[in-house]
Amino acid sequence: MHPAFSVIFLTTLIGAGQGLFLALFTGQFYSLANLIPAQDSAGFYAVGSFVVLLLLGLGLFASIFHLGRPERAWRSAAKWRTSWLSREVIVLPLFMLLVFAYGFAHYMGWNEPLFTLGADIEVDVTILIGIAASFISFVLFVCTAMIYASVKFLEEWHHWLTVANYTLFGLASGFMLAAAFSAQQGVALVSFFGSWAVFFLFIAFITRFASLLRNAGLKHKSTLQSAIGVRHNAIVQETQGFMGGSFNTREFFHGRSEATLKMVRLLFLLLIFILSPLLLAISWSISSPLLPIAAFSVLYIGLLLERWYFFAEAKHPQNFYYQSMA
Amino acid sequence: MLDPVEHSDSELGRVEVKNTTCYMCACRCGIRVTLRDGEIRHIEGNPEHPHNQGVICAKGASGIMKQYSPARLSKPLLRKQDAERGESEFEEISWEQAFSIMEERLGHLRATDPKKFALFTGRDQMQALTGLFARQFGTPNYAAHGGFCSVNMAAGMIYTIGGSFWEFGGPDLDRSKLFIMLGTAEDHDSNPLKIHLSKFKRNGGRFISINPIRTGYSAIADEWVPIKPGTDGALLLAICHEIIKQGLFDREFLIQYSNAAELVVNDPERDDFGLFHRFEMHVEEGCFDPENKLWWDREIGAIGTHTPGADPVILGEYTLDDGIKVTPSFQLLKDRVEEYTPEWAEGITHIPASTIRRLAHEMGVTARDQKIELPIAWRDVWGNEHKSVTGNPVSFHAMRGLAAHSNGFHTIRALSILMTLLGTIDRPGGFRHKAPFPRPIPPCPKPPKGPEGVQPNTPLDGMPLGWPAEPNDLFVDEQGEPVRIDKAFSWEHPLSVHGLMHNVITNAWRGDPYRIDTLMLFMANMAWNSSMNTVKVRQMLVDKDEDGEYKIPFIIVCDTFQSETVAFADLVLPDTSYLERYDAMSLLDRPISEFSGPVDAIRIPVVEPKGECKPFQEVLIELGSRLKLPAFTNEDGSRKYRDYPGFLINFETAPGSGIGFLSGWRGKDGARTLKGEPNPRQLDMYAKNNCMFQFELPKSYQYMRNWNKGYLEWARGHGMTRYAEPISIHLYSEVLQKFRLAAQGKSSGKQPPERLRRRVETYFDPLPFYYEPLENRHVDTQKYPLNALTQRPMAMYHSWDSQNAWLRQIHTHNYLFVNPQTARASGIGDGDWMWIESPHGRIRCMCRYSQAVEPGTVWTWNAIGKVSGAWGLTERANESQKGFLLNHIISEELPLEKAGEYLSNSDPVTGQAAWFDVRVKIYRADDDEPRVTSPQFETQKKLPGQDAKRGKWQAFYAGVTGLGKAGR
Amino acid sequence: MSQLALVIDLNVCVGCHACVTSCKEWNTSGWAGPMADLRPYDVDPTGTFFNRVQTYEVGEFPRTETIHFPKSCLHCEDPPCVPVCPTGASYKREDNGVVLVDYDKCIGCKYCAWSCPYGARELDGREKVMKKCTLCIDRITDETLPESERKPACVLACPTSARLFGDVHDPQSEVSIAIREQGGYQLMPEWGTKPANHYLPRRKTRITIHADELDRVDNPLLEELDAAVSEGASIDDVAF
Ligand SMILES: Nc1nc2c(c(=O)[nH]1)N[C@H]1C(S)=C(S)[C@@H](COP(=O)(O)OP(=O)(O)OC[C@H]3O[C@@H](n4cnc5c(=O)[nH]c(N)nc54)[C@H](O)[C@@H]3O)O[C@H]1N2
Ligand SMILES: Nc1nc2c(c(=O)[nH]1)N[C@H]1C(S)=C(S)[C@@H](COP(=O)(O)OP(=O)(O)OC[C@H]3O[C@@H](n4cnc5c(=O)[nH]c(N)nc54)[C@H](O)[C@@H]3O)O[C@H]1N2
Ligand code: SF4
Ligand code: SF4
Ligand code: SF4
Ligand code: SF4
Ligand code: SF4
Ligand SMILES: [Mo]
Repeated sequence: MHPAFSVIFLTTLIGAGQGLFLALFTGQFYSLANLIPAQDSAGFYAVGSFVVLLLLGLGLFASIFHLGRPERAWRSAAKWRTSWLSREVIVLPLFMLLVFAYGFAHYMGWNEPLFTLGADIEVDVTILIGIAASFISFVLFVCTAMIYASVKFLEEWHHWLTVANYTLFGLASGFMLAAAFSAQQGVALVSFFGSWAVFFLFIAFITRFASLLRNAGLKHKSTLQSAIGVRHNAIVQETQGFMGGSFNTREFFHGRSEATLKMVRLLFLLLIFILSPLLLAISWSISSPLLPIAAFSVLYIGLLLERWYFFAEAKHPQNFYYQSMA
Repeated sequence: MLDPVEHSDSELGRVEVKNTTCYMCACRCGIRVTLRDGEIRHIEGNPEHPHNQGVICAKGASGIMKQYSPARLSKPLLRKQDAERGESEFEEISWEQAFSIMEERLGHLRATDPKKFALFTGRDQMQALTGLFARQFGTPNYAAHGGFCSVNMAAGMIYTIGGSFWEFGGPDLDRSKLFIMLGTAEDHDSNPLKIHLSKFKRNGGRFISINPIRTGYSAIADEWVPIKPGTDGALLLAICHEIIKQGLFDREFLIQYSNAAELVVNDPERDDFGLFHRFEMHVEEGCFDPENKLWWDREIGAIGTHTPGADPVILGEYTLDDGIKVTPSFQLLKDRVEEYTPEWAEGITHIPASTIRRLAHEMGVTARDQKIELPIAWRDVWGNEHKSVTGNPVSFHAMRGLAAHSNGFHTIRALSILMTLLGTIDRPGGFRHKAPFPRPIPPCPKPPKGPEGVQPNTPLDGMPLGWPAEPNDLFVDEQGEPVRIDKAFSWEHPLSVHGLMHNVITNAWRGDPYRIDTLMLFMANMAWNSSMNTVKVRQMLVDKDEDGEYKIPFIIVCDTFQSETVAFADLVLPDTSYLERYDAMSLLDRPISEFSGPVDAIRIPVVEPKGECKPFQEVLIELGSRLKLPAFTNEDGSRKYRDYPGFLINFETAPGSGIGFLSGWRGKDGARTLKGEPNPRQLDMYAKNNCMFQFELPKSYQYMRNWNKGYLEWARGHGMTRYAEPISIHLYSEVLQKFRLAAQGKSSGKQPPERLRRRVETYFDPLPFYYEPLENRHVDTQKYPLNALTQRPMAMYHSWDSQNAWLRQIHTHNYLFVNPQTARASGIGDGDWMWIESPHGRIRCMCRYSQAVEPGTVWTWNAIGKVSGAWGLTERANESQKGFLLNHIISEELPLEKAGEYLSNSDPVTGQAAWFDVRVKIYRADDDEPRVTSPQFETQKKLPGQDAKRGKWQAFYAGVTGLGKAGR
Repeated sequence: MSQLALVIDLNVCVGCHACVTSCKEWNTSGWAGPMADLRPYDVDPTGTFFNRVQTYEVGEFPRTETIHFPKSCLHCEDPPCVPVCPTGASYKREDNGVVLVDYDKCIGCKYCAWSCPYGARELDGREKVMKKCTLCIDRITDETLPESERKPACVLACPTSARLFGDVHDPQSEVSIAIREQGGYQLMPEWGTKPANHYLPRRKTRITIHADELDRVDNPLLEELDAAVSEGASIDDVAF
């Protein structure tokens, strides 16, 4: 597939946004149970939510470039019964709304406990909204990932690992961002978020590696033989019927060499799974606010490459029909 | 969106539907043009048209993009005074200026030396008018594209069976069981061929294609027989050998309908050696084969041919009473093919002998055992009644794969003879004629006999193109040297019945045989794809004398588009498109007849001409009137025809002849057919009848027409032929033998110049023989081991479709197709840049692997490559940067044998351009070479009157966002 | 419910591209038009087409088969491109099974194209909406046209009549009979998309010549032999 930058940015940005939100809320939840120190509502959670919204907004903005007719984007909510894209289109704004509400509630300092759970867990509005938003966030991960995982023709994508990877990368980048955010805010949650981030990265490494492994050995269902219905071992397309390219040659081919692909793969593995945690680890010994930010940045760049590779790696069966010009 | 089911397409805008005839190529299908608000909405095949029966091709369905192409010319142009020719610097002039320039120049030439005016035309279909103009002007220097196209096919067959393929005849695929196609990629009659090929396959027919390349039609062949280019003669002769050896020929057919049993004088000492022995009989002078020849009857001995009850033999050697040794011509043929065994042919053609033998058996056994008998009674010219028409269902089609080689004439003779051996001429399931064929062998028209036929202010004494029947028919001077600029009908190429357009520029430039003054080119891209040796020809067009005058002083080009040739014009005449004018597909040149009878057609304007475009026909009529050419003026010198429609209606070949351009609805009220007075409403009647006229012959006239009394008398009665005499098949060609005798000094009359005696003697063999293509003799075939061919893409017509936004997406540039085995041996990878080099030049291009080509052959699509900036394309367009033209490395002349002796690279009999003889080698381009094709030419400038630069996007929606509105 | 479709006979398709441009021509000014072209007279011209003809080479020289292969939307009975469309722009007609795109609803998200294994959809570069073969819905249902012309433009154009059109659900239709009797097959059946369009394979006609067919009493050479004997010639004249 041709890696579309709009989609690469969309998925990585909203993934990080969702992750960040989940990180923030996890923090709040932990602090509720007094496992970590509570943070200032307006200063930390509201600003954090704003950052989440910013990421989601940027993602949305990027997605506009993917649409031929963005002015009609509203129409895309119509087919939620059948289309994961439609579902995402519904869930994303819903999530944004909830995040906004969450941030707004924090900003307004609506911290009055509504009721108390057990001995001392005081549940306020932000917690309720947070729970709802967290749930929706996971739904959003599923929706986004399923857009890809549900296309059975893209066999590299058509697997639960895709959902796992999207979710885990979202979580990891979000928690890493939370660590960076904490560092930037001077809040002592860098190692809390950082540990979670590394934990997610570790699982993500397993799932992503599994998907790489799976895809490397993938035997595609379709063949040139089944594409044209001729049984012979030696079939070559002589011409695809046009020479200046078409939508089918632009949308479904990355147009890069195998070597580039390999390099990108190596690079994203390096950046995501080695360099980013390394930078974070260093920050445990040398506490510098810059290192966690660098760790996130490296991770994010790695994710862009990962997403690029995700597209480039997928071989669409339609490509059997578009191999040669003459 | 509106529901497409509820709303009809015709609800939008003002809709009109008009029938006319397509001219996206020379096939001439009937089309239906739908207009919306005056813009072309849709062009489709006319389902009521007999020719294409509603189908259309890729080109035909892209007519819109031709009509609105940015390459369209729209103004008469004159080369700027201070600009050099070829720089494409023009100023707009008025038609009046254009006409007065031509009137003055041509008037002067006509009054002094009419042959200094040369008119040559390319892919046109109006030779009846252009030929008439040239003849009336008095110049012999006229021809159309036939000489570089397929004259071998026309001559080889017409000189043998009295008819040929395409519009002249073809395979009866409705009834055939076995069909063999040789060297055909697309053909002239392409839509009908496709229609019938598919029907044939569906009816269970077996289709064999003999071609070095398997694309297009060959793709759907039941068997592909890859052959080495230029060797079909060997294959066909070997098949004849096997057929004769096995006795698989149709003996009865040969005896009755060919000259197989006729006795040939077989005494080398005699002056009439090799001629038929003829007895004294009063014969009326005429261009037919008088029946004063002999058979050898088993019981009686020598006896007049077609004596009732005779039982002639076709083998043996006999002695007549007066001691003359004679042999039936079949025996001579048998002797000839004796040495042409399948094993011999295997070494030449690279086709296994077993395959050749099997092919022969398939043909022979199918022909013999699957006889067709139709209960159609007919009478032959000798008065015999036949209760039925019979036929042998084996048919053939061949095209330029045979024709475009310097041995093509004899190859095609061999094919015609094979068809005759199988008994398949004008019979069901075999080959069938289309009116006006069959014609006498050879047909009657003759060129003038010498320089005296060309006189100032006088029409030419003879036809500019004709059919020599003997040496005395040649158009040569006292020394036996050519009178025509292209040397047609001279001893160099005696039977060059379509001229040699491919040598005109070179000859005129060199002044051999003489210089001319004005060269007028109509619908021919002679600075590009229809010339050989293009790079050099382009230099000749701008070359000057010591005194600074162009060697070809004045060039007039009439074209519809900004072709490469337009750049070399001094005067450019913008022609209309095929949708803007009247045209006639006349029985006088290229009608669209069916097997069942004559059909002709017209084209009518369906849209307004663009800008100041004027139909070339109108130009000729205007010029003819201004120059006071007799056919275009009344006795008092006044103009005879108001315009071309007026000409079409009123012109008669001779006053009161009743024969004109169109055969339908003649007579005052339109009640007559073929012959009759002019009918003022004739064109309307055509327009109402799908722009065509079809005449169906009675069934009993539809077969065996060479010998069918009813048909021949009908044809004579309707002015299609002059004689109702039988047209016996020339298995053995006495016509050729006459030229050979002249070359041997055995006949009185015209003699070849000494330097050509050997040549004429060799190639004017009365029986077909195989020889290697001439170029092979001059070229080191070890050094240049490969043959290079071109093929026509089905979705492009020569050079003229690159301006078509849709078609050019299909063929944007071209590759050289090479068998991987061959390419790898030269270290060339699929897609690599490479060189293809002949002794005449080299081209850098890109390689594409193909398993569908014989390893000794490389090929590319024809005429995709363009000069940058031409055809309304930008200078970056793929056509010029990645596309290439094979013509750069094909020579129009053979390498010199002796200093100063130039010979065209053509068939020595007919002058057919030997495009496909070129020998090449290939090698990889260096990695640091530029990734563009070579050679490159200076970018051609846009012309005044061409549309302004088009935008990045084009979204044609007729009547809404179309391109046909004023201002575009 | 009927299911209209094309059946393409690879046995007779000569790869002429008539179906390609006649499709473009009919549709660019029709219900589904315009079909824009980018850089029409410049480098790498490209544009929207609903139908493409491709060429494949099967086997190695000299046993090469060249196969011309036209392909447009196959109007799948279970079209994967439809449910994924978020706007409902892509739909399959209830009445005749034709799969269409409503350009007024399409947002150009390309998701349907990803979900078509056949590469049958093209995003129009200028209109920015998804386009595809409409089976010439605006012709085949146009009651103002004579019955014989209520067929797709490509079908009417095809010189070899390699393109059959009809209802594959009607067992008596020309297309159903052709599929049944001539081994009609679907592309990429492994996906269960059930393409309505089918392809008919290449078939070969062969002739068998038996040895005795070359050795018969009606051999014309035998007749010549008589004559030769009566003239005193010898077998030498006729035998090889
Ligand atoms: N290498 C190679 N070269 C070949 C051949 C080959 O097989 N291989 N084939 C040869 C053969 S057989 C032929 S016939 C020639 C064909 O060669 P040409 O006869 O030169 O054919 P085109 O280049 O298509 O068209 C000639 C010109 O006609 C113009 N034209 C188109 N329509 C009209 C019109 O309506 N009016 C006017 N006035 N002009 C119009 C076009 O713009 C173009 O400039 O090429 C020959 N060249
Ligand atoms: N679409 C389209 N149609 C056209 C034209 C066009 O430009 N485009 N041009 C028209 C014109 S002017 C003409 S003359 C006709 C030409 O019609 P064709 O003669 O059918 O066209 P070519 O492409 O010249 O095809 C020559 C074929 O002969 C084969 N061949 C070459 N050498 C040999 C050989 O030695 N032996 C055998 N057996 N085969 C050989 C080539 O591989 C090729 O397949 O087409 C006409 N129709
Ligand atoms: S074959 Fe030639 S005349 Fe017929 S539709 Fe095609 S372009 Fe027109
Ligand atoms: S071929 Fe593709 S676009 Fe057409 S219906 Fe099937 S899946 Fe949809
Ligand atoms: S591109 Fe248009 S038709 Fe396709 S899925 Fe998106 S909205 Fe639907
Ligand atoms: S059915 Fe109509 S839209 Fe579809 S390919 Fe044929 S012509 Fe084009
Ligand atoms: S029009 Fe017919 S023969 Fe030509 S490419 Fe299309 S399907 Fe094949
Ligand atoms: Mo030609």
